[in-house]
Amino acid sequence: MLKQITVFIENKPGRLAEVTGCLADENVNLHALAIADTTDFGILRMIVSNPDKAYRVLKENNFMAQTTDVVAVAVGHNPGSLHKVLRELEALNISIEYMYAFTSRHKDYDAIVILRLTNQDGAVYKLKGNDIPVLGQELLDSLNKT
Amino acid sequence: MERYWNKTIETMNREQIQALQLEKLRATVQNVYTHVPYYRKKMQEKGIVPEDIKTLDNLSNLPITTKQDLRNTYPFGMFAVPMEDIIRIHASSGTTGKQTVVGYTRRDLDIWAECMARCLVMEDANTSSRVQIAYGYGLFTGGLGAHYGVEKLGATVIPASSGNTQRQITMLIDFGVTHLYCTPSYALNIAEVMREMGHTKDEMKLVAGSFGAEPWSNAIRTEIESLLGLRAHDIYGLSEIMGPAVSHECRHQNGLHIWEDCFIAEITNPDTGEPVREGEAGDLVITTINKEGIPLIRYKTRDICTLNYEPCECGRTHVRMSKPAGRTDDMLIIRGVNVFPSQIESALLSIGEVQPHYQILVDRVNNLDTLTIEIELNDEMFSDNVKGIEEFEKKVSRQINSVLGINAKIHLVEPKSIARSEGKAKRVIDRRNI
Repeated sequence: MLKQITVFIENKPGRLAEVTGCLADENVNLHALAIADTTDFGILRMIVSNPDKAYRVLKENNFMAQTTDVVAVAVGHNPGSLHKVLRELEALNISIEYMYAFTSRHKDYDAIVILRLTNQDGAVYKLKGNDIPVLGQELLDSLNKT
Repeated sequence: MERYWNKTIETMNREQIQALQLEKLRATVQNVYTHVPYYRKKMQEKGIVPEDIKTLDNLSNLPITTKQDLRNTYPFGMFAVPMEDIIRIHASSGTTGKQTVVGYTRRDLDIWAECMARCLVMEDANTSSRVQIAYGYGLFTGGLGAHYGVEKLGATVIPASSGNTQRQITMLIDFGVTHLYCTPSYALNIAEVMREMGHTKDEMKLVAGSFGAEPWSNAIRTEIESLLGLRAHDIYGLSEIMGPAVSHECRHQNGLHIWEDCFIAEITNPDTGEPVREGEAGDLVITTINKEGIPLIRYKTRDICTLNYEPCECGRTHVRMSKPAGRTDDMLIIRGVNVFPSQIESALLSIGEVQPHYQILVDRVNNLDTLTIEIELNDEMFSDNVKGIEEFEKKVSRQINSVLGINAKIHLVEPKSIARSEGKAKRVIDRRNI
């Protein structure tokens, strides 16, 4: 399981930049991010290089932040690969609360999806059983170094 | 075991209170008729002379005094003694117009300290108590008013005034403070900063505190009591009448005893000005009967409450006013519905997750009033998905609607984004131009 940093951000100019500023000052790298937006606020979801540090820094700066467990899956950068993963989840009657994706330069893990699921333990077990790579923090941190 | 500062006065029976009040009322009316031209004129317009006051019931024939009367006679026109006898001035903040000015003789200050000392004893203060006054010192009556009561009692006063919250906390802990005086919103601010500094209430020796100068709900009382580990008493007063200690809650926290040897309280209908039936809510109207500098006849406080003449378990016989819901000039009229900010506060805090960091915004959009309540998000409300947060907003909105019958838009904001109070909290921002 992977730790996602979730941050509440009011819709006002410069607020997101304050988050990225805090993280930059502490030398925290961003692997992936997505924002769910409404009229009044946004929820920023991030995969970062050092989630514990990121959480601490954001809290110290009075941000409403939490860590959320998510699943990172390498799907392969070719047609139908995500579909295969989603079929597996459907078979287990697991719903996706939200997801986002990013690519990397690593040849084995060139397309990665981050998933928040209703039954994450069940999903991880099933995916691993089908030889679909589930990525941990260490692997993600090393992706762009090769 | 109940203790009193002035047992004879505090426990006298109703007949004795009424006899004392009649005697002092007649003297007061005679005094203002003779020495305050403004009152003489008002009474002459109503065709009343001091000799017409034969019973306490005759009080309702006398003219009402309002804040506007004090403005009309700004600054010293209502004083009943020459300026040589006035030894102190206090003034209202003047945020809603020209400030109102009041003056005190030496005797007035002594009576005020007496009333305050009675309040202190009500909350178990004695000569070994240490009382930190975190009300502002200055023209505002809160700081100095409480200060001289503590000195009169003979307890140790720590004249902290408001602000510099970290230092307040250091003193509360290091000085072994037993009693805290400040606004309820500032008490919450102190509790929050205490937690941030890594201190706990167990490091303090607080027994009780008196919180006033703004209306506050019982939900806030529970919050203050649990965060600071003390018994929170409501204290009431206004500069026009005297200042804090016009009334105060005893340990039973079931209404505020008004010192009836100094004040006569009435409740009138806010619309007609007529006296209401006993026990009904309305405008609190106070006549000062033990004052030299600026005695006021039937001053309309604009606070809404009820009066309870039942004897209190504490043994005191002086009438109890209910915790004021708020001033009539704080009342919001939203789409024709009367709402006190304190009612919104109670409804909000009845939802367990909400902490008392909120702000009420009133706007007029396309000729319709809109109410927005900004609430600071905390860990308990936060969720990593939009649906969770929106459901929380809906839950709050439903609660407001079911309690008050009005629709409110709930707007969650980031932690610490609403300004913390060091005095009177600014909970309502009315942006309507009416």
